[in-house]
Amino acid sequence: MVTSAPTTLDTAIWDVLRSVEDPELPISIVDLGLVRDVQVQDGRVAVRLIPTWVACPALAVIRARVRSALLALGGVQDATVEYTYDAPWTVDRLSERGRAQLASHGLSVPRCRFAEPPVCPYCGSRDVVQESMFGPTLCRATYLCRSCRNPFERFKPPA
Amino acid sequence: MPGALAAIADPAVRAAYREWLLRIADDELVIGHRHSEWTGFGPDIESDVAMSSIAQEELGHGRAWYEQIAADDGGDADRLAFGRAPDEYRHAALLEQENGGWEYSMIRLMLYEAFEIGRLRLVAASGHEPVAGLAQTLSREERYHGLFADTWLTRLAGAAPGGPERIQAALDRAWPDALGLFESTAADEVLQRAGVLQSSPSAEREAWVATVRPVLERYGLAVPSGAGAREGGRRGVHTAAFEPLLAQLTEVWKSDPEARW
Repeated sequence: MVTSAPTTLDTAIWDVLRSVEDPELPISIVDLGLVRDVQVQDGRVAVRLIPTWVACPALAVIRARVRSALLALGGVQDATVEYTYDAPWTVDRLSERGRAQLASHGLSVPRCRFAEPPVCPYCGSRDVVQESMFGPTLCRATYLCRSCRNPFERFKPPA
Repeated sequence: MPGALAAIADPAVRAAYREWLLRIADDELVIGHRHSEWTGFGPDIESDVAMSSIAQEELGHGRAWYEQIAADDGGDADRLAFGRAPDEYRHAALLEQENGGWEYSMIRLMLYEAFEIGRLRLVAASGHEPVAGLAQTLSREERYHGLFADTWLTRLAGAAPGGPERIQAALDRAWPDALGLFESTAADEVLQRAGVLQSSPSAEREAWVATVRPVLERYGLAVPSGAGAREGGRRGVHTAAFEPLLAQLTEVWKSDPEARW
């Protein structure tokens, strides 16, 4: 990690990363905690990302979006974007803002682990049943709330 | 980014390590294809989506392993996945068998997932990054597959009359092929001597039987006795089920291997 004071380019790079959204979730990849680190040397940017799920079909889209956004930035000569496996993604990488955005999207998010008791994102009830561990995307499971009768989805981190 | 192989100085160990990774990639690719055949045919909509997701995950895991190998070969992951002759694939027979009934697919899923957890633990302990980190990452994803199989097998075991008999027949069919997952070749010995592989296939097989036996007995099933392992897959010798599978799996890629997707 580079620990020196951030330059204007560093700040601009992080602003660009914050502008890239996950194609399957309405939040920035920075709030989702996908950015492992950023190295900048002589206008060459190397970004390492952490996949939430290794088989996620959005990975290639995210990589392409990050690269083209960086290349559009003045002062960036080249950009590489790689996925790294040296520290697995965990749910505590989500920012508070990311959590709030997912909640307002109707997605319940466990605090730390999938095994925690689920909470209905609409009424806050814990009287819920799991419909399926495998929802519309690899990172979501489906539930039914028995209190407010709403179906809902819950973020499913790797176990 | 170079893969794990570049750091291995001894060419014999490097070749054996590549062989080991290729088995993993091929197992995932082939089972991913078989699971995907349930898309549109699952017993209920949730199970259909679940099996399709599991298929998607196994194919994605295969891709991640092929990318690791290709990074060292200087080649292309798609070509590695789709461009080889049948006898160059290293998956075990269990993964290529046709699905038949849902009960067979659930038994196979359960047996294979228990094997996968043990194998990923060995890769994670092999001391070679980035594949050790990849193995650790993937083992967290595989757990959900095992849970899905367990939910279904528990349900089928209680579905008298007929359920228990059908899953017993599925287990009897799958068992020799499942033992074939542990087929050992010269590559295993090389890796063991080099200290990369912390265990032998026979010790792994024993540990696996000790893990799955109580689970199978909980479903009311009897572990087949006296049935030997069906081997050959790790040496590129496959059953009649494989060539049609490979033809279908590679049909689009082979129509234009140079196409950019």
